[in-house]
Amino acid sequence: MNPSNNNIETQDDIGTTGHEWDGITELNYPCPRWWVWIFLGTIVWAVGYWYIYPAWPVISGDSERGGTKGVMEWTQYKQLEESQSEIFSRRAENLEKLQNTSTKDVMDMPELYEFAVVGGKSAFKENCAQCHGSGGGGAKGYPNLNDDDWLWGGSLKELSKTIKYGIRSDHKNTRNSVMPPLAAVMGKDSVTKVSRYVAGLSKGSSSTAEGAKEYKQMCSACHGVNGEGNRIFGAPKLSDGIWLYGKGDEQQIESQIKSPQHGVMPAWIDRLGEDTIKQLVVYVYSLGGGE
Amino acid sequence: MLEKHKKLEKNSILLLIFIIITISIGGLIEIVPLFRLETTIEPVKGIRPYTPLELAGQDVYIREGCYGCHSQQIRALRDEVERYGHYSLAAESMYDHPFQWGSKRTGPDLARVGGKYSDSWHVQHMINPQEYVPESIMPSYSHMATSKASLDDIGSHLEALRVTGVPYTDSMIENAYTDAMAQANEGEANTKDGLLKRYGKNTIVRDFDGKAGFVSELDAIISYLQVLGTMADLKDYNPDVVE
Repeated sequence: MNPSNNNIETQDDIGTTGHEWDGITELNYPCPRWWVWIFLGTIVWAVGYWYIYPAWPVISGDSERGGTKGVMEWTQYKQLEESQSEIFSRRAENLEKLQNTSTKDVMDMPELYEFAVVGGKSAFKENCAQCHGSGGGGAKGYPNLNDDDWLWGGSLKELSKTIKYGIRSDHKNTRNSVMPPLAAVMGKDSVTKVSRYVAGLSKGSSSTAEGAKEYKQMCSACHGVNGEGNRIFGAPKLSDGIWLYGKGDEQQIESQIKSPQHGVMPAWIDRLGEDTIKQLVVYVYSLGGGE
Repeated sequence: MLEKHKKLEKNSILLLIFIIITISIGGLIEIVPLFRLETTIEPVKGIRPYTPLELAGQDVYIREGCYGCHSQQIRALRDEVERYGHYSLAAESMYDHPFQWGSKRTGPDLARVGGKYSDSWHVQHMINPQEYVPESIMPSYSHMATSKASLDDIGSHLEALRVTGVPYTDSMIENAYTDAMAQANEGEANTKDGLLKRYGKNTIVRDFDGKAGFVSELDAIISYLQVLGTMADLKDYNPDVVE
Protein backbone atom coordinates (compact mmCIF):
# COMPACT_ATOMS: atom_id res chain seq x y z
CA MET A 1 0.00 0.00 0.00
CA ASN A 2 1.20 3.41 -0.83
CA PRO A 3 1.78 5.20 2.49
CA SER A 4 0.81 8.55 1.03
CA ASN A 5 -2.60 7.22 0.01
CA ASN A 6 -4.05 5.22 2.91
CA ASN A 7 -7.69 6.02 2.51
CA ILE A 8 -9.15 2.75 1.25
CA GLU A 9 -12.32 4.34 -0.08
CA THR A 10 -10.33 6.10 -2.70
CA GLN A 11 -8.61 2.87 -3.79
CA ASP A 12 -11.65 0.91 -4.71
CA ASP A 13 -15.24 1.43 -5.63
CA ILE A 14 -16.42 -1.33 -3.30
CA GLY A 15 -17.49 0.92 -0.47
CA THR A 16 -17.18 0.24 3.25
CA THR A 17 -19.38 -1.46 5.82
CA GLY A 18 -20.22 1.91 7.32
CA HIS A 19 -18.69 1.08 10.67
CA GLU A 20 -15.98 3.37 11.81
CA TRP A 21 -13.59 2.83 14.69
CA ASP A 22 -11.37 5.79 15.37
CA GLY A 23 -11.04 6.54 11.71
CA ILE A 24 -10.59 2.89 10.72
CA THR A 25 -13.14 1.57 8.25
CA GLU A 26 -13.74 -1.84 6.66
CA LEU A 27 -14.17 -2.70 3.00
CA ASN A 28 -17.44 -4.40 2.14
CA TYR A 29 -16.59 -7.11 -0.35
CA PRO A 30 -19.64 -9.27 -1.10
CA CYS A 31 -19.49 -13.06 -0.67
CA PRO A 32 -18.66 -14.81 -3.96
CA ARG A 33 -21.79 -15.29 -6.02
CA TRP A 34 -21.28 -19.10 -6.42
CA TRP A 35 -21.00 -19.45 -2.67
CA VAL A 36 -24.22 -17.54 -2.03
CA TRP A 37 -26.16 -19.69 -4.48
CA ILE A 38 -24.88 -22.94 -3.00
CA PHE A 39 -25.77 -21.69 0.46
CA LEU A 40 -29.31 -20.84 -0.58
CA GLY A 41 -29.48 -24.16 -2.42
CA THR A 42 -28.71 -26.15 0.72
CA ILE A 43 -31.60 -24.45 2.51
CA VAL A 44 -33.99 -25.43 -0.25
CA TRP A 45 -32.51 -28.94 -0.25
CA ALA A 46 -33.09 -29.26 3.50
CA VAL A 47 -36.76 -28.41 3.14
CA GLY A 48 -37.13 -31.10 0.49
CA TYR A 49 -35.26 -33.54 2.73
CA TRP A 50 -37.62 -32.89 5.65
CA TYR A 51 -40.52 -33.63 3.34
CA ILE A 52 -39.14 -36.95 2.10
CA TYR A 53 -37.18 -38.40 5.02
CA PRO A 54 -37.81 -38.68 8.78
CA ALA A 55 -36.58 -35.40 10.27
CA TRP A 56 -38.35 -33.54 13.04
CA PRO A 57 -39.36 -34.68 16.48
CA VAL A 58 -43.04 -34.12 17.01
CA ILE A 59 -44.84 -33.05 20.16
CA SER A 60 -47.73 -35.42 20.04
CA GLY A 61 -49.04 -38.46 21.86
CA ASP A 62 -46.70 -41.09 23.27
CA SER A 63 -47.95 -43.49 20.64
CA GLU A 64 -45.70 -41.92 18.04
CA ARG A 65 -42.09 -43.03 18.07
CA GLY A 66 -39.32 -40.85 16.76
CA GLY A 67 -40.87 -37.98 14.83
CA THR A 68 -42.06 -37.05 11.37
CA LYS A 69 -41.88 -40.03 9.04
CA GLY A 70 -41.47 -38.34 5.68
CA VAL A 71 -43.46 -39.24 2.56
CA MET A 72 -41.19 -42.17 1.71
CA GLU A 73 -41.58 -43.64 5.21
CA TRP A 74 -37.94 -44.63 4.99
CA THR A 75 -36.40 -46.44 7.96
CA GLN A 76 -33.02 -48.11 8.30
CA TYR A 77 -34.84 -51.32 9.22
CA LYS A 78 -36.73 -51.36 5.95
CA GLN A 79 -33.48 -50.72 4.14
CA LEU A 80 -31.89 -53.62 6.00
CA GLU A 81 -34.79 -55.88 5.11
CA GLU A 82 -34.50 -54.96 1.47
CA SER A 83 -30.79 -55.64 1.32
CA GLN A 84 -31.28 -58.89 3.20
CA SER A 85 -34.11 -60.09 1.01
CA GLU A 86 -31.80 -59.84 -1.97
CA ILE A 87 -29.28 -62.28 -0.48
CA PHE A 88 -31.96 -64.42 1.15
CA SER A 89 -33.69 -64.98 -2.16
CA ARG A 90 -30.40 -66.04 -3.68
CA ARG A 91 -29.90 -68.54 -0.86
CA ALA A 92 -33.51 -69.64 -0.67
CA GLU A 93 -33.40 -72.47 -3.17
CA ASN A 94 -30.45 -74.23 -1.61
CA LEU A 95 -31.61 -73.45 1.91
CA GLU A 96 -34.97 -75.02 1.32
CA LYS A 97 -33.30 -78.11 -0.09
CA LEU A 98 -31.02 -78.23 2.94
CA GLN A 99 -33.95 -77.98 5.32
CA ASN A 100 -35.75 -80.85 3.61
CA THR A 101 -32.74 -83.12 3.36
CA SER A 102 -31.30 -85.12 6.22
CA THR A 103 -27.72 -84.26 7.04
CA LYS A 104 -26.73 -87.74 5.99
CA ASP A 105 -28.17 -87.33 2.51
CA VAL A 106 -26.51 -83.93 2.11
CA MET A 107 -23.19 -85.74 2.04
CA ASP A 108 -24.20 -87.48 -1.21
CA MET A 109 -25.47 -84.38 -3.00
CA PRO A 110 -22.40 -82.51 -4.31
CA GLU A 111 -24.10 -79.18 -4.91
CA LEU A 112 -25.87 -79.08 -1.56
CA TYR A 113 -22.77 -80.38 0.18
CA GLU A 114 -20.75 -77.51 -1.22
CA PHE A 115 -23.44 -75.03 -0.16
CA ALA A 116 -23.35 -76.42 3.37
CA VAL A 117 -19.56 -76.47 3.61
CA VAL A 118 -19.20 -72.88 2.39
CA GLY A 119 -21.88 -71.62 4.78
CA GLY A 120 -20.48 -73.72 7.61
CA LYS A 121 -16.99 -72.46 7.01
CA SER A 122 -18.00 -68.85 7.32
CA ALA A 123 -20.05 -69.52 10.45
CA PHE A 124 -17.12 -71.47 11.87
CA LYS A 125 -14.75 -68.54 11.39
CA GLU A 126 -17.03 -66.18 13.25
CA ASN A 127 -18.21 -68.46 16.03
CA CYS A 128 -15.94 -71.47 16.52
CA ALA A 129 -12.43 -70.49 15.45
CA GLN A 130 -11.73 -68.49 18.60
CA CYS A 131 -11.52 -71.73 20.61
CA HIS A 132 -11.02 -74.50 18.06
CA GLY A 133 -8.61 -72.54 15.83
CA SER A 134 -9.33 -71.13 12.38
CA GLY A 135 -8.52 -74.48 10.80
CA GLY A 136 -10.19 -76.50 13.55
CA GLY A 137 -6.80 -77.46 14.96
CA GLY A 138 -7.83 -76.84 18.54
CA ALA A 139 -5.91 -75.27 21.41
CA LYS A 140 -5.08 -76.16 24.97
CA GLY A 141 -8.39 -77.15 26.54
CA TYR A 142 -10.24 -77.06 23.20
CA PRO A 143 -10.27 -80.21 21.09
CA ASN A 144 -8.79 -80.55 17.65
CA LEU A 145 -11.61 -81.13 15.17
CA ASN A 146 -9.43 -82.44 12.37
CA ASP A 147 -8.58 -85.78 13.92
CA ASP A 148 -10.75 -88.78 14.72
CA ASP A 149 -10.32 -88.51 18.48
CA TRP A 150 -13.75 -87.42 19.69
CA LEU A 151 -14.83 -86.81 23.26
CA TRP A 152 -18.56 -87.03 22.61
CA GLY A 153 -18.62 -88.58 19.14
CA GLY A 154 -17.91 -87.48 15.60
CA SER A 155 -20.96 -88.79 13.78
CA LEU A 156 -23.31 -86.31 12.13
CA LYS A 157 -25.88 -86.90 14.84
CA GLU A 158 -23.48 -86.44 17.74
CA LEU A 159 -21.86 -83.38 16.17
CA SER A 160 -25.26 -81.82 15.73
CA LYS A 161 -26.19 -82.46 19.35
CA THR A 162 -22.91 -81.02 20.62
CA ILE A 163 -23.19 -77.85 18.54
CA LYS A 164 -26.86 -77.31 19.30
CA TYR A 165 -26.83 -77.76 23.04
CA GLY A 166 -23.18 -77.37 23.98
CA ILE A 167 -21.14 -79.03 26.66
CA ARG A 168 -21.74 -78.09 30.29
CA SER A 169 -23.61 -75.08 28.92
CA ASP A 170 -26.68 -73.48 30.47
CA HIS A 171 -29.02 -75.11 27.95
CA LYS A 172 -31.29 -77.72 29.47
CA ASN A 173 -30.32 -80.37 26.89
CA THR A 174 -26.62 -79.80 27.30
CA ARG A 175 -24.09 -82.61 27.43
CA ASN A 176 -22.81 -82.83 30.93
CA SER A 177 -20.34 -84.78 32.98
CA VAL A 178 -18.02 -83.94 35.81
CA MET A 179 -14.85 -85.70 36.82
CA PRO A 180 -14.71 -85.60 40.61
CA PRO A 181 -11.51 -84.50 42.38
CA LEU A 182 -10.11 -87.83 43.50
CA ALA A 183 -6.95 -86.99 45.39
CA ALA A 184 -8.60 -87.08 48.82
CA VAL A 185 -10.21 -90.46 48.18
CA MET A 186 -7.18 -92.05 46.59
CA GLY A 187 -4.38 -90.78 48.76
CA LYS A 188 -1.12 -89.27 47.61
CA ASP A 189 0.71 -92.48 46.78
CA SER A 190 -2.13 -93.80 44.78
CA VAL A 191 -2.41 -90.58 42.73
CA THR A 192 1.27 -90.77 41.82
CA LYS A 193 0.99 -94.41 40.83
CA VAL A 194 -2.10 -93.89 38.70
CA SER A 195 -0.53 -90.85 37.02
CA ARG A 196 2.50 -92.89 36.08
CA TYR A 197 0.28 -95.71 34.88
CA VAL A 198 -1.85 -93.40 32.70
CA ALA A 199 1.21 -91.67 31.29
CA GLY A 200 2.49 -95.12 30.39
CA LEU A 201 -0.82 -96.10 28.77
CA SER A 202 -0.55 -93.33 26.24
CA LYS A 203 2.98 -94.33 25.34
CA GLY A 204 1.88 -97.91 24.89
CA SER A 205 4.32 -99.23 27.47
CA SER A 206 3.03 -102.15 29.48
CA SER A 207 5.92 -102.14 31.93
CA THR A 208 4.14 -99.81 34.33
CA ALA A 209 2.00 -102.45 35.93
CA GLU A 210 2.13 -100.53 39.14
CA GLY A 211 -1.01 -98.44 39.52
CA ALA A 212 -3.07 -100.77 37.34
CA LYS A 213 -5.12 -101.93 40.29
CA GLU A 214 -5.87 -98.38 41.45
CA TYR A 215 -6.64 -97.33 37.90
CA LYS A 216 -9.13 -100.14 37.50
CA GLN A 217 -10.77 -99.28 40.77
CA MET A 218 -10.98 -95.50 40.43
CA CYS A 219 -10.80 -94.59 36.74
CA SER A 220 -11.92 -97.47 34.54
CA ALA A 221 -15.64 -96.91 35.07
CA CYS A 222 -15.47 -93.80 32.87
CA HIS A 223 -12.17 -94.02 31.04
CA GLY A 224 -12.42 -97.74 30.24
CA VAL A 225 -10.43 -100.71 31.43
CA ASN A 226 -7.72 -100.10 28.84
CA GLY A 227 -8.06 -96.33 28.79
CA GLU A 228 -10.20 -96.37 25.69
CA GLY A 229 -12.49 -93.63 27.02
CA ASN A 230 -16.26 -93.47 27.01
CA ARG A 231 -18.25 -91.11 24.87
CA ILE A 232 -21.37 -91.41 26.99
CA PHE A 233 -19.62 -89.36 29.65
CA GLY A 234 -17.31 -87.52 27.29
CA ALA A 235 -14.50 -89.28 29.10
CA PRO A 236 -11.35 -88.86 27.02
CA LYS A 237 -9.40 -91.76 25.61
CA LEU A 238 -6.24 -92.12 27.70
CA SER A 239 -4.42 -94.68 25.62
CA ASP A 240 -3.54 -92.37 22.74
CA GLY A 241 -1.06 -89.52 22.48
CA ILE A 242 -3.73 -86.83 22.26
CA TRP A 243 -4.08 -84.66 25.34
CA LEU A 244 -6.45 -81.81 25.95
CA TYR A 245 -4.63 -79.96 28.73
CA GLY A 246 -0.98 -80.73 28.22
CA LYS A 247 1.40 -83.28 26.85
CA GLY A 248 0.29 -86.21 28.95
CA ASP A 249 3.21 -86.14 31.36
CA GLU A 250 2.82 -87.40 34.92
CA GLN A 251 2.59 -83.99 36.59
CA GLN A 252 -0.15 -82.87 34.30
CA ILE A 253 -2.16 -86.04 34.83
CA GLU A 254 -1.64 -85.70 38.56
CA SER A 255 -2.98 -82.18 38.57
CA GLN A 256 -6.03 -83.28 36.59
CA ILE A 257 -6.75 -85.98 39.19
CA LYS A 258 -6.36 -83.49 42.03
CA SER A 259 -8.38 -80.63 40.56
CA PRO A 260 -10.01 -81.68 37.31
CA GLN A 261 -10.46 -79.14 34.52
CA HIS A 262 -13.60 -79.28 32.43
CA GLY A 263 -14.22 -77.67 29.08
CA VAL A 264 -17.35 -75.64 28.47
CA MET A 265 -18.94 -75.15 25.08
CA PRO A 266 -21.90 -72.78 24.69
CA ALA A 267 -25.20 -73.96 23.23
CA TRP A 268 -25.57 -72.47 19.75
CA ILE A 269 -29.12 -73.34 18.84
CA ASP A 270 -30.63 -70.03 20.00
CA ARG A 271 -27.87 -67.92 18.53
CA LEU A 272 -27.35 -69.60 15.16
CA GLY A 273 -30.54 -71.54 14.44
CA GLU A 274 -31.11 -74.94 12.83
CA ASP A 275 -29.97 -74.06 9.30
CA THR A 276 -26.59 -72.63 10.19
CA ILE A 277 -25.95 -75.47 12.61
CA LYS A 278 -26.71 -77.99 9.90
CA GLN A 279 -24.12 -76.29 7.71
CA LEU A 280 -21.65 -76.28 10.58
CA VAL A 281 -22.17 -79.98 11.18
CA VAL A 282 -21.40 -80.74 7.55
CA TYR A 283 -18.38 -78.44 7.62
CA VAL A 284 -16.90 -79.90 10.81
CA TYR A 285 -17.56 -83.38 9.48
CA SER A 286 -15.73 -82.45 6.29
CA LEU A 287 -12.61 -81.42 8.22
CA GLY A 288 -11.50 -85.01 8.12
CA GLY A 289 -12.44 -86.55 11.44
CA GLY A 290 -16.09 -87.26 10.73
CA GLU A 291 -17.33 -90.75 11.50
CA MET B 1 -30.72 -0.48 10.41
CA LEU B 2 -27.10 0.25 11.13
CA GLU B 3 -28.05 3.25 13.18
CA LYS B 4 -30.44 1.13 15.30
CA HIS B 5 -27.74 -1.45 15.85
CA LYS B 6 -25.50 1.31 17.14
CA LYS B 7 -28.02 1.90 19.93
CA LEU B 8 -27.81 -1.77 20.88
CA GLU B 9 -24.03 -1.71 20.96
CA LYS B 10 -23.97 1.32 23.18
CA ASN B 11 -26.53 0.08 25.76
CA SER B 12 -25.14 -2.89 27.67
CA ILE B 13 -28.43 -3.91 29.30
CA LEU B 14 -30.26 -3.87 25.99
CA LEU B 15 -27.41 -5.84 24.42
CA LEU B 16 -27.61 -8.43 27.21
CA ILE B 17 -31.35 -8.88 26.73
CA PHE B 18 -31.00 -9.37 23.00
CA ILE B 19 -28.13 -11.84 23.48
CA ILE B 20 -30.31 -13.89 25.83
CA ILE B 21 -33.18 -13.89 23.33
CA THR B 22 -30.90 -15.01 20.50
CA ILE B 23 -29.27 -17.82 22.49
CA SER B 24 -32.66 -18.98 23.79
CA ILE B 25 -33.93 -19.57 20.29
CA GLY B 26 -30.91 -21.68 19.40
CA GLY B 27 -31.06 -23.46 22.76
CA LEU B 28 -34.73 -24.34 22.43
CA ILE B 29 -34.21 -25.85 19.01
CA GLU B 30 -31.44 -28.05 20.37
CA ILE B 31 -32.91 -28.93 23.77
CA VAL B 32 -36.64 -29.39 23.20
CA PRO B 33 -36.27 -32.55 21.07
CA LEU B 34 -34.38 -34.16 23.96
CA PHE B 35 -37.54 -34.04 26.07
CA ARG B 36 -38.99 -36.53 23.60
CA LEU B 37 -35.91 -38.74 23.67
CA GLU B 38 -37.69 -41.66 25.32
CA THR B 39 -39.92 -42.01 22.29
CA THR B 40 -36.87 -43.13 20.30
CA ILE B 41 -36.24 -46.08 22.66
CA GLU B 42 -37.93 -49.19 21.34
CA PRO B 43 -40.19 -51.15 23.66
CA VAL B 44 -38.48 -54.50 24.21
CA LYS B 45 -38.77 -56.89 27.11
CA GLY B 46 -35.98 -58.11 29.34
CA ILE B 47 -33.69 -55.11 29.79
CA ARG B 48 -32.64 -54.72 33.40
CA PRO B 49 -30.02 -52.53 35.07
CA TYR B 50 -26.59 -54.14 35.46
CA THR B 51 -25.93 -56.08 38.64
CA PRO B 52 -23.29 -54.58 40.93
CA LEU B 53 -20.67 -57.09 39.74
CA GLU B 54 -21.45 -56.43 36.07
CA LEU B 55 -21.25 -52.71 36.79
CA ALA B 56 -17.83 -53.15 38.38
CA GLY B 57 -16.92 -55.04 35.22
CA GLN B 58 -18.08 -52.16 33.06
CA ASP B 59 -15.86 -49.87 35.14
CA VAL B 60 -12.88 -52.07 34.38
CA TYR B 61 -13.91 -52.10 30.70
CA ILE B 62 -13.93 -48.30 30.64
CA ARG B 63 -10.75 -47.96 32.69
CA GLU B 64 -8.80 -50.23 30.37
CA GLY B 65 -10.12 -48.38 27.34
CA CYS B 66 -11.65 -51.45 25.73
CA TYR B 67 -13.91 -49.08 23.77
CA GLY B 68 -10.79 -47.92 21.95
CA CYS B 69 -10.78 -51.13 19.93
CA HIS B 70 -14.20 -52.69 20.50
CA SER B 71 -17.54 -51.16 19.61
CA GLN B 72 -20.81 -52.22 21.19
CA GLN B 73 -23.29 -51.43 18.51
CA ILE B 74 -24.42 -53.70 15.72
CA ARG B 75 -25.61 -51.43 12.94
CA ALA B 76 -28.70 -52.25 10.91
CA LEU B 77 -26.61 -53.22 7.91
CA ARG B 78 -26.67 -56.58 6.18
CA ASP B 79 -23.05 -57.56 6.77
CA GLU B 80 -23.18 -56.60 10.43
CA VAL B 81 -26.36 -58.54 11.09
CA GLU B 82 -24.94 -61.55 9.23
CA ARG B 83 -21.86 -61.54 11.39
CA TYR B 84 -22.94 -60.40 14.83
CA GLY B 85 -26.66 -61.14 14.97
CA HIS B 86 -29.68 -58.89 15.55
CA TYR B 87 -28.89 -55.18 15.25
CA SER B 88 -28.54 -53.31 18.54
CA LEU B 89 -31.55 -51.53 19.96
CA ALA B 90 -31.40 -48.20 21.78
CA ALA B 91 -33.11 -49.95 24.69
CA GLU B 92 -30.13 -52.25 25.10
CA SER B 93 -27.84 -49.42 26.08
CA MET B 94 -30.33 -47.19 27.88
CA TYR B 95 -28.78 -48.03 31.26
CA ASP B 96 -25.18 -47.55 30.08
CA HIS B 97 -23.62 -44.40 31.51
CA PRO B 98 -21.65 -43.63 29.46
CA PHE B 99 -22.79 -45.77 26.54
CA GLN B 100 -20.10 -47.93 24.93
CA TRP B 101 -21.22 -47.76 21.29
CA GLY B 102 -17.81 -46.76 20.02
CA SER B 103 -16.81 -46.32 16.43
CA LYS B 104 -13.41 -48.01 16.26
CA ARG B 105 -13.21 -51.68 15.49
CA THR B 106 -9.69 -52.95 15.75
CA GLY B 107 -11.25 -55.93 17.47
CA PRO B 108 -14.73 -57.33 16.86
CA ASP B 109 -17.96 -55.74 18.04
CA LEU B 110 -18.91 -56.94 21.51
CA ALA B 111 -22.57 -55.94 21.66
CA ARG B 112 -23.65 -59.61 21.60
CA VAL B 113 -20.59 -61.33 23.00
CA GLY B 114 -22.53 -62.62 26.01
CA GLY B 115 -22.71 -66.42 26.05
CA LYS B 116 -20.53 -66.76 22.98
CA TYR B 117 -17.46 -68.07 24.78
CA SER B 118 -16.93 -70.01 27.99
CA ASP B 119 -15.69 -68.26 31.13
CA SER B 120 -12.42 -70.15 31.04
CA TRP B 121 -11.89 -69.01 27.46
CA HIS B 122 -12.30 -65.40 28.58
CA VAL B 123 -9.87 -65.93 31.46
CA GLN B 124 -7.17 -67.41 29.27
CA HIS B 125 -7.85 -64.98 26.45
CA MET B 126 -7.45 -61.97 28.77
CA ILE B 127 -4.17 -63.36 30.06
CA ASN B 128 -2.77 -64.29 26.66
CA PRO B 129 -5.00 -63.46 23.68
CA GLN B 130 -2.58 -64.92 21.14
CA GLU B 131 -2.87 -68.37 22.68
CA TYR B 132 -6.26 -68.78 21.04
CA VAL B 133 -6.23 -66.17 18.30
CA PRO B 134 -2.67 -66.08 16.95
CA GLU B 135 -3.41 -63.21 14.57
CA SER B 136 -4.82 -61.01 17.35
CA ILE B 137 -2.98 -57.84 18.37
CA MET B 138 -4.86 -57.47 21.66
CA PRO B 139 -2.50 -56.87 24.57
CA SER B 140 -2.47 -59.06 27.67
CA TYR B 141 -4.65 -58.03 30.60
CA SER B 142 -3.25 -60.56 33.05
CA HIS B 143 -3.21 -58.02 35.89
CA MET B 144 -6.99 -58.32 36.11
CA ALA B 145 -6.60 -61.85 37.42
CA THR B 146 -4.70 -60.71 40.48
CA SER B 147 -6.39 -57.36 41.18
CA LYS B 148 -9.30 -57.27 43.56
CA ALA B 149 -12.49 -55.93 42.03
CA SER B 150 -13.40 -52.52 43.39
CA LEU B 151 -16.62 -53.32 45.20
CA ASP B 152 -16.34 -51.48 48.52
CA ASP B 153 -18.22 -48.43 47.26
CA ILE B 154 -20.32 -50.15 44.64
CA GLY B 155 -23.53 -49.21 46.49
CA SER B 156 -22.90 -45.50 46.05
CA HIS B 157 -22.15 -46.19 42.42
CA LEU B 158 -25.66 -47.60 42.03
CA GLU B 159 -27.03 -44.60 43.87
CA ALA B 160 -25.29 -42.20 41.51
CA LEU B 161 -26.67 -44.05 38.51
CA ARG B 162 -30.14 -43.82 39.96
CA VAL B 163 -29.86 -40.05 39.74
CA THR B 164 -29.31 -40.39 36.00
CA GLY B 165 -32.46 -42.47 35.67
CA VAL B 166 -31.36 -46.08 36.07
CA PRO B 167 -34.14 -47.73 38.07
CA TYR B 168 -32.14 -49.17 40.96
CA THR B 169 -34.34 -49.83 43.98
CA ASP B 170 -33.46 -49.10 47.60
CA SER B 171 -32.92 -52.78 48.28
CA MET B 172 -30.58 -53.06 45.26
CA ILE B 173 -28.48 -50.20 46.61
CA GLU B 174 -28.55 -51.51 50.16
CA ASN B 175 -27.49 -55.01 49.12
CA ALA B 176 -25.08 -54.01 46.36
CA TYR B 177 -21.97 -55.44 47.96
CA THR B 178 -23.65 -58.68 49.04
CA ASP B 179 -25.13 -59.12 45.57
CA ALA B 180 -21.75 -58.63 43.93
CA MET B 181 -20.16 -61.25 46.16
CA ALA B 182 -23.08 -63.62 45.62
CA GLN B 183 -22.86 -63.37 41.84
CA ALA B 184 -19.20 -64.37 41.87
CA ASN B 185 -20.13 -67.33 44.06
CA GLU B 186 -18.15 -65.89 46.96
CA GLY B 187 -21.05 -64.75 49.07
CA GLU B 188 -22.41 -66.31 52.22
CA ALA B 189 -25.06 -68.98 51.96
CA ASN B 190 -28.51 -67.84 50.78
CA THR B 191 -27.31 -64.49 49.44
CA LYS B 192 -27.79 -65.84 45.93
CA ASP B 193 -31.58 -65.92 46.33
CA GLY B 194 -31.69 -62.20 47.05
CA LEU B 195 -29.61 -61.47 43.96
CA LEU B 196 -31.87 -63.54 41.72
CA LYS B 197 -34.96 -61.94 43.24
CA ARG B 198 -33.66 -58.44 42.57
CA TYR B 199 -32.15 -58.95 39.12
CA GLY B 200 -34.16 -61.84 37.71
CA LYS B 201 -33.67 -65.57 37.59
CA ASN B 202 -31.57 -65.40 34.42
CA THR B 203 -28.77 -63.62 36.24
CA ILE B 204 -25.61 -65.64 35.79
CA VAL B 205 -24.10 -66.77 39.07
CA ARG B 206 -20.70 -68.40 38.64
CA ASP B 207 -17.15 -68.21 39.79
CA PHE B 208 -16.25 -66.50 36.54
CA ASP B 209 -12.46 -66.58 36.83
CA GLY B 210 -12.43 -70.11 38.24
CA LYS B 211 -10.45 -69.04 41.28
CA ALA B 212 -12.26 -69.35 44.57
CA GLY B 213 -11.32 -67.09 47.45
CA PHE B 214 -11.65 -63.56 46.15
CA VAL B 215 -13.52 -61.54 43.58
CA SER B 216 -11.02 -60.38 40.98
CA GLU B 217 -11.40 -57.80 38.24
CA LEU B 218 -11.56 -60.75 35.87
CA ASP B 219 -14.66 -61.98 37.70
CA ALA B 220 -16.20 -58.55 37.24
CA ILE B 221 -15.36 -58.00 33.59
CA ILE B 222 -16.32 -61.53 32.53
CA SER B 223 -19.66 -61.23 34.30
CA TYR B 224 -20.16 -58.01 32.32
CA LEU B 225 -19.09 -59.52 28.99
CA GLN B 226 -21.28 -62.58 29.51
CA VAL B 227 -24.43 -60.49 29.90
CA LEU B 228 -23.80 -58.18 26.92
CA GLY B 229 -26.56 -58.43 24.35
CA THR B 230 -28.34 -61.26 26.13
CA MET B 231 -30.99 -59.32 28.05
CA ALA B 232 -33.38 -58.21 25.32
CA ASP B 233 -36.09 -60.60 24.29
CA LEU B 234 -35.44 -60.20 20.56
CA LYS B 235 -37.72 -63.01 19.43
CA ASP B 236 -40.76 -60.88 20.21
CA TYR B 237 -39.26 -57.67 18.90
CA ASN B 238 -40.82 -55.98 15.90
CA PRO B 239 -39.64 -52.50 14.88
CA ASP B 240 -43.05 -51.57 13.50
CA VAL B 241 -45.01 -52.19 16.68
CA VAL B 242 -45.52 -49.09 18.78
CA GLU B 243 -46.63 -49.47 22.35
